[in-house]
Amino acid sequence: MPEKEVHENGPVFDPTPLEAILEKSRGAKGALIPILQQTQDAYGYLPRPAVARIAKFLKVPESKVYGVATFYAQFHLHPRGRNIVRVCLGTACHVRGGEAILGAVADELKVSPGETTPDLRFTLERVACLGACGLSPAMMVNDTTYGRLTKKRVAEVLKKYQ
Amino acid sequence: MAEVNLTIDGRPVSVPAGTNVLEAAAKLGVDIPRLCYDPELTAVGACRLCIVEIEKMRGLPASCATPAAEGMVVRTNTEKIRKYRRMTLELLLANHPQDCLTCEKNGDCKLQEYAYVYGARADSYKGERKHHVPDDSNPFFVRDHDKCIVCGRCIRTCAEVMGIGAVDYSWRGFKAKVTTSYDVPIEESPCVFCGNCVTVCPTGALQPKSRVGQGRSWELKRVRTVCPYCGVGCAIELVINRDGKVVGVDPADGPANHNKLCVKGRFGFEFIQSPDRLKKPLVRKAVLEGRRGKAARESEFVEVSWDEALGLVAKRLGEIKAKHGAAALAGFTSAKCTNEENYLLQKLVRQGFGNNNIDHCARLCHASTVAGLASSFGSGAMTNSIDDIAQSKCVFIIGSNTTEAHPVIGLQVKKAKRNGARLIVVDPRRVDLAELADLHLQQVPGSDVAVLNGLMHVIIRDDLYAKDFVAARTENFEALKKTVEKYTPEYVESLSGVPAALLTEAARTYAKAGRSAIIYSMGITQHTTGTDNVQTVANLAMLTGNIGREGTGVNPLRGQNNVQGACDVGGLPNVYPGYQAVTSPEAKAKFEKAWGVSLSEKVGLTVTEVINAAARGEIKGLYVMGENPMVSDPDINHVREALGDLDFLVVQDIFLTETARLADVVLPSTCFAEKDGTFTNTERRVQLVVKALEPPGEARADWEILNDLARRMGLGWDYQSVAQIMDEVADLTPIYAGVRWDRLAEGGDAHDKGLQWPVATRDHPGTPVLHREKFSRGLGQFAAIDYLPAAEETDTEYPLVLSTGRILFHYHTGTMTRRSKGLNWIRPEGYIEINPETAAYHGIADRDWVKVTSRRGSVVTRARVTSITGKRVVFMPFHFAEAAANVLTNPAVDPKAKIPEFKVAAVKIEKAAEAPTWAVEREAAARAARGAAGDRAAVAKEVAAGGERR
Repeated sequence: MPEKEVHENGPVFDPTPLEAILEKSRGAKGALIPILQQTQDAYGYLPRPAVARIAKFLKVPESKVYGVATFYAQFHLHPRGRNIVRVCLGTACHVRGGEAILGAVADELKVSPGETTPDLRFTLERVACLGACGLSPAMMVNDTTYGRLTKKRVAEVLKKYQ
Repeated sequence: MAEVNLTIDGRPVSVPAGTNVLEAAAKLGVDIPRLCYDPELTAVGACRLCIVEIEKMRGLPASCATPAAEGMVVRTNTEKIRKYRRMTLELLLANHPQDCLTCEKNGDCKLQEYAYVYGARADSYKGERKHHVPDDSNPFFVRDHDKCIVCGRCIRTCAEVMGIGAVDYSWRGFKAKVTTSYDVPIEESPCVFCGNCVTVCPTGALQPKSRVGQGRSWELKRVRTVCPYCGVGCAIELVINRDGKVVGVDPADGPANHNKLCVKGRFGFEFIQSPDRLKKPLVRKAVLEGRRGKAARESEFVEVSWDEALGLVAKRLGEIKAKHGAAALAGFTSAKCTNEENYLLQKLVRQGFGNNNIDHCARLCHASTVAGLASSFGSGAMTNSIDDIAQSKCVFIIGSNTTEAHPVIGLQVKKAKRNGARLIVVDPRRVDLAELADLHLQQVPGSDVAVLNGLMHVIIRDDLYAKDFVAARTENFEALKKTVEKYTPEYVESLSGVPAALLTEAARTYAKAGRSAIIYSMGITQHTTGTDNVQTVANLAMLTGNIGREGTGVNPLRGQNNVQGACDVGGLPNVYPGYQAVTSPEAKAKFEKAWGVSLSEKVGLTVTEVINAAARGEIKGLYVMGENPMVSDPDINHVREALGDLDFLVVQDIFLTETARLADVVLPSTCFAEKDGTFTNTERRVQLVVKALEPPGEARADWEILNDLARRMGLGWDYQSVAQIMDEVADLTPIYAGVRWDRLAEGGDAHDKGLQWPVATRDHPGTPVLHREKFSRGLGQFAAIDYLPAAEETDTEYPLVLSTGRILFHYHTGTMTRRSKGLNWIRPEGYIEINPETAAYHGIADRDWVKVTSRRGSVVTRARVTSITGKRVVFMPFHFAEAAANVLTNPAVDPKAKIPEFKVAAVKIEKAAEAPTWAVEREAAARAARGAAGDRAAVAKEVAAGGERR
């Protein structure tokens, strides 16, 4: 599959937190990855203006920063939802209908796995195993685990998060 | 460097320590296959094709990334190695489209070649294949990710050679691909479209668009010649298909460019076979009927035979000379034409017209260099070679936007920086290299002497000057010392705006580096103080002993492919070929003997003086070869009036230029691709230009036209070949004495590298570095020079300084680049750079139409709001005739070199009420061509609102 077009739909970029991060890192060696991590902590993802500014600050091409940001799975180029839904498709959940649960969540949120709702309320992800096989089929919303899910319960759980 | 000895495939070889095994094998003629390795780039050892077996080493190391070591025993082509290479290739092919039938790279593709050599099958491994959308966004080249083997050559070329890094790897594993940041189309990245990535791509992933469907690689003819654009003199290959059409330009391994090119050289070739080329001689109808002057020139052009056209020219020039005297004629020669053609035109003027009124556009670019350096050093040219800039420890650039105006020399500067050199840029604009520089001194335009004197003040004050060099090799030091005494950093700051501390640091950096090179260009020369500026630059180099060694010197970058040569062979009003003064009785006697006539000892008129003399009615007839003063000269309105006052104007050119449109007679000539001859590049290197194509229609080479005309004027010329003219030049020009056709032609000793003058004899190897033991004039002469303000200062009515110059994508008056689709696509129109604060003050937004007015005229152009310029300075490129910067510029000239002050004019700006007519018409025409609706009022409104953003 071709990569999805990366696009900006986040809020207007406020450079203040980034400038503070950069100021702290001035003169440090090997600063790129820590700067990217702190930037993501501050903004929830890596906004394009931030990537451009980091490149200029470190005097490296922007394409290089983008290369590093895309190399590691931990970095996100899209704005992330306020709530991260991780639906488990490990062996146990798979056997007990995890796919259907994922489908139910996707239908409810009207996004595919890997995507974020336009109102930035949820980001949907599929994961291999949450380590909650006894509760299968399971999913996590942020840090809370929900087990023995049914399609109906999915909708109830999601309602709790804004 | 220490040598190491090793054995490769049973044969001994000795190489310098640090050489990799792949290069050591190449020394034995063993060609190890490689896809990611390129000798100019960091070896990454990624493609695994150059694997070898080395005794006592585990596994199969990549030969490109393994340094040769003493006693190594290497095998490059065993059964095991072949097996692994085949497997590697099959893995690549498993994810590579088998498109060879239609791929443009067929026959020139490394992957294809190695697959054949190693018998690699495409279907040995089966798996998922990548499918990415190609980047087809620009008119120059396509990136087809599916044919990309992610070898990274393009990435490393862009980062390491170009210093840009427009692309890099993104994602990882199977998804990895080469992209811009955020995978935007390449035109939205920092890419400058040099195409050097296209050269190094081993597969069909990067392909120039111009060659699609134009012929298979083995059907294309290649002719090595010299690029027709700037003074760098890059070696190129014209690529011509079976129909005789130029379908591309490839770089060649020339001494100035080593397989690199810029966007103009590589993609700006369409002008050669433009339908606009002149194909038949043209004469005004009324002029044919015997009428004269301006009114006759308003009648239409009709096509005539060469016989008729040249007969008329000879007759009319003869009549003017008979009626008004020899002083009423003048000629403009051309920095675009060959040395031989320039020699002939100056000979025609001196021998036939009977005066020294011969000049050319060098007057507008480096007249002050020729005058200034001749007086300081005795020789007015670049002292060093392009290649040795990279050896410098400190590169000091003043008044040169090198990466845009001389892009391939810009690469040498970047290379020096990568090698650890310090970079100082002195420029009123924050140009690309200023971004890269350690120090950027942003002076007010016209304050260069103050800045340079300030640097010397600090160097003398801090006792950093080269006392031995000054004592042994120079004169007049005490006068210089006395003059610069008052230029304290604080005083200089008050004149130039350069902070005192920054000036002090720059002075110390330049003086202490031990090997410092100065590069300068129009920012120094195009001032009423141009000669002063040049001599002050020379002072700085002499003061620190930075002259006569590799990596040092005073390096004026010449603007045109052959402006150096046009000067060398006498296209100037004060000197014969080889800078032999027309006022010297010996020189006069020498040329009188050679040409068999008595010659004028009176210095002739310069380009700007000829224009003024025409306006006064003193010049009646003007012969223009390959020049376009109607765009290039200052104060164009004045030029138009002056040319209108002539009795007779002949223009010999490849296009009906703005100047040709005012002529009585227009003679169609050939471009660089259609003739033989020589060009001399900025480093004094004479290189051979080779005929690759037949001229269009009845166009004839400039030298043939001049030969024919001179014969009709009764001068008895009978040149049969370019080689014959070269011999005459060599016999009369001591610095060219050894420059002969047979040395430069195929098989000659100077075929690959050309010859750098002075070339004293037929076996002299040329002179890469001038002034090694002593200066051309003996002792170097310090000139004690005080700062003088520019001729026109700002005031309340005209509060801004206008500076003019070139941009990367266009060239001079645009006759060539604006006829090349891609270049015109990327920069279709001119603009004015305005600082954001200044723009806000005037209520001007980016892309608004702006009326720019000076005391001489006004133009409407597009605003480009950018902090590249300071608040008091605006900048316009001069390539665009429809909104010509030179309507505004000041024709005031330097008193010594007569160069106009293109870099300083006082202007005012205001938001224009509506879009200029030319912009509306162009948009309407573009829409009509697309078949779109063309309601003129709507188009005008849209163009006024800013139109499409690019």
